[in-house]
Amino acid sequence: MAHIRLDNVTKKFGLHAAVDGLTLDIADGEFFVLLGPTGAGKTTTLRLIAGLEKPDDGKIEIADQDVHQWSASERDVALVFQYYSLYPRYTVRQNLAFPLKSNARNCSQAEIDERIARAAKTLRIGHLLERKTDRLSGGEMQRVSIGRAIVREPRAFLMDEPLSNLDAKLRESLRAELKELQMKLKSTFLFVTHDQIEAMSMGDKVGILNEGKIVQVGTPYEIYNKPKNIFVASFVGSPSINLMPAELANGHVTALSGKLKIVAPRSKTNGAVTIGIRSEDITVGPKEQVAAHIHDVENHGVEKIVTLRVDDQFFKATAPSSLELKIDGTVKFSFNPDKLHFFDAASGASRA
Amino acid sequence: MAGVLDTSPAARAVTRGWSDLTIRNVFIIPTILFLIIFNIFPLIYSLGYSFTDFRASVNEPANFVGLQNFRELLTDERIWNNFWVTAKYVIVSVGGQMTVGFGLALLLNRAMPAKGLITTLLLLPMMMSAAVVGLFWRLLYDPSWGPLNYALGLGDLAWLSNADVALYAVAITDIWMWAPFVMLLSLAGLSAVPQHLYEAAAIDRASAWYTFSRITLPLVTPLLLIALIFRTMEAFKTFDIAYIMSTQPTTELISIKLYKFAFQEWQTGKSCALAYIVLIMVLAITNIYVKYLNKVKER
Amino acid sequence: MAEIILRDIEKYFGAVYVIRKLNLTIKHREFVVLLGPSGCGKTTTLRAVAGLEDVDSGDILIDGKPVQQLEAGDRDIAFVFQLFALYPHLTAYENIAFPLRATSESKASVEAKVRAVAKSLQIEHLLGKRPSALAGGDMQRVAIGRALVRRPKAMLMDEPMGALDAKLREEMRTELKRLHLENESTTVYVTHDQVEAMSLADRIAIMNEGVLQQVGTPDDVYHRPANLFVAQFVGSPVMNIAAANVKADGSRSLLALGKGAAPFEFPKSLIRHLSDAKANDLTVGIRPEGVLVSQTETAGYVPVTAHLIEPLGAYDIVDLKVGAQLVRARTASGYVSKVGARVWARLDPAQTHFFDTRTTDSLRIRLVDGAH
Repeated sequence: MAHIRLDNVTKKFGLHAAVDGLTLDIADGEFFVLLGPTGAGKTTTLRLIAGLEKPDDGKIEIADQDVHQWSASERDVALVFQYYSLYPRYTVRQNLAFPLKSNARNCSQAEIDERIARAAKTLRIGHLLERKTDRLSGGEMQRVSIGRAIVREPRAFLMDEPLSNLDAKLRESLRAELKELQMKLKSTFLFVTHDQIEAMSMGDKVGILNEGKIVQVGTPYEIYNKPKNIFVASFVGSPSINLMPAELANGHVTALSGKLKIVAPRSKTNGAVTIGIRSEDITVGPKEQVAAHIHDVENHGVEKIVTLRVDDQFFKATAPSSLELKIDGTVKFSFNPDKLHFFDAASGASRA
Repeated sequence: MAGVLDTSPAARAVTRGWSDLTIRNVFIIPTILFLIIFNIFPLIYSLGYSFTDFRASVNEPANFVGLQNFRELLTDERIWNNFWVTAKYVIVSVGGQMTVGFGLALLLNRAMPAKGLITTLLLLPMMMSAAVVGLFWRLLYDPSWGPLNYALGLGDLAWLSNADVALYAVAITDIWMWAPFVMLLSLAGLSAVPQHLYEAAAIDRASAWYTFSRITLPLVTPLLLIALIFRTMEAFKTFDIAYIMSTQPTTELISIKLYKFAFQEWQTGKSCALAYIVLIMVLAITNIYVKYLNKVKER
Repeated sequence: MAEIILRDIEKYFGAVYVIRKLNLTIKHREFVVLLGPSGCGKTTTLRAVAGLEDVDSGDILIDGKPVQQLEAGDRDIAFVFQLFALYPHLTAYENIAFPLRATSESKASVEAKVRAVAKSLQIEHLLGKRPSALAGGDMQRVAIGRALVRRPKAMLMDEPMGALDAKLREEMRTELKRLHLENESTTVYVTHDQVEAMSLADRIAIMNEGVLQQVGTPDDVYHRPANLFVAQFVGSPVMNIAAANVKADGSRSLLALGKGAAPFEFPKSLIRHLSDAKANDLTVGIRPEGVLVSQTETAGYVPVTAHLIEPLGAYDIVDLKVGAQLVRARTASGYVSKVGARVWARLDPAQTHFFDTRTTDSLRIRLVDGAH
């Protein structure tokens, strides 16, 4: 039961506004991901909601109640940190019991045991309960940290890059686990990350944050396919979207110093634009349109990512792994005209 | 839902005893009061005395004499001599402590058996009372039966009554006592140098001396400077050791002179003035150090 | 010129056996990546080559000469550390110049060499700055500059991108590879990130618990993994693995994942291959792109339900429920509309890997897609 609302919230550290007039609406039971580069204000936002920081301006509501006067413990939200803050030398069970033993909570021993058993089953850490936390692996520790949040049955889960200290494989499997957990608990999750793959794969909604301001909020599909501006377009997607200057005239886009000419799919105002195209929307092969120099080939197993160069313009394309490509060789390519993004050359805003 | 007990977290908070702020005040206020009564008030009060001819031994009101005390002190050649003695003492004693202390730290900054025990033993002098140390070294220095002369084969060199040597004898004792302090800070500095920098230097084919002078030394400089500040301040106001060990005029440090003014001649006003002169000097010296320290840290 | 040979390397940390009889040859000018999870011994191996760590037995040869008795500085190799290990009190210029000055090169020669390296790394404008004033990527460029300036026989890199964020890592990968093409110095690179390994390496050496699992080109390790560990470590999302049993059924064979699940169709030849391989218990592995999904009922496809959908932008990863077993498939973006949807799936025989459950080794069975 926690609908979280931020209304025009500002938080300054000295003269620098870490969070700058932020308005955000997180529905009850939603998996909301705040995505942004380092220093965008993601963690500050989270700490403001948790009550670890006080806003300089604006209103924060949890379940339609203004929580300005509430301390962190009164807000009853669980926070999972990047560095698993488990109590060393205690067993997993003791760690899980800890938040339940506080006087304010008044849990009976039977209830504590039951809650721990339930959390352990959900997270599959039942076999670890009697183990000391310093004998756990990174993934196990992070599961226990999440477990400590679950047993409290908080109104919302706030997670500050909980996967970033784990290695790639573990991250991948915990991603799916967290998403499943949220679907099972049906509680509100606010998840902060700088990793766009985490945001895309887990979020019901993704909010993109830059310099303390929300740039765009939308489903992963919207964020990826209808970015509001160049910042969002290039922050989401790997490899990054290719951006290049182009000229729109008479229903045609011309780019790469005139070498590339495509029919503009929709009616567009003429003039200078920046076009964006994702690597998977560039086709590479012997029968394509324009020739390019091969600057780099990365084998990703399932596919290859080729960096192409035309004059001084570099861009990346996805090629099937079976295609033979040699670095410093030549290959032909074409752009999928339906997948072109148009941005204002000056402001970077989408011209869709 | 009227009648239902409100168990929301906000309601619980109201019934919970002291707030964080109250607790903070309970701890801080006694300390502040204590500081005001025993530190700040006497400091201001003695500043007032320094402009008077007040004598604590005579039951007479103090007369305001303006800057006379300061004028007299600063033109008195004997006082300047006391400062000169103090300067020599500070340079020798602090210089010695820095060299010996840093040297010991370099020796100890490696994996070796019984490292903890050795470090603890080396720290012992620092933990002793200065009076005990002074008395002890007086025995060691004794010209006729002291073990030092015997061990060094110096015959009957009268360390503490020879006017030329006495000051250095006291300084040596001070070095023995306080070099461990420098060692402790240096060790902290040395162990804070990341191991991978030494590995990088090894890969870069740097010699031991090159590594020391280009990596170790610059990186521990800030902590060495902190040690230097502490020790200079302390050495400048040394009283106990010198007073106990020697009565030579060549070991009359400025603080001993100050003591004599205050409690042997009962020139309370004048001694307050001298105390302020010393305070300003110490502040000036440490200020120079701190400025330099900040410059080093900026890099 | 540098060829590095590791012969029967063994290393213990106390009672822990961290490198177990490692044999590896890194050819002149080759870019070899040591890949493995943390604690697999890859960094220790690299440090042993550099001379920062002693080995307990075995030989390390650089250009045919054993180097165990040589100090790190005498092996003529450069090392790039994970946290860059830049000297914090020195400027970028002084950092790059350090290895030259340490061996008392003339001032003019130092200056010329530092400028040349800085130019090739495009960090000339940063030379006056101290490391604390540099961004992560630039710190790494300086660290690489310091390694390159001596023109060492070999470059050793210990997770040099571990401290960089994802976007920067992508850029640095390309930069590093171009640099290798231009400098052609023998390079050994340690990482736990398989994407880095796949995109940078001429050959990848995969380690686990001190044991070398497989050495091969990126294509080899991806398409022909030697065992279950390699199969699961390389590739993202991770390869699906499940216990399976196969039985003959007329002109085809049927492969079931667990009990009661609808079996997938495979060519009849699979039965013969399996009996040739003499495997007892069978584990199959298939990458998500090998799981073919159809929205409509199709011959040879079995009905499944979508359990979880991870939209990754360019494509989706869909967890399909096959009986009690979850199988991840890679589909076009938005292809499976929602969680709970009923779709049809098939395992592409040409992309299915077969392993002995007990030994975890690959049975080296390669099928061609004969069914359709």
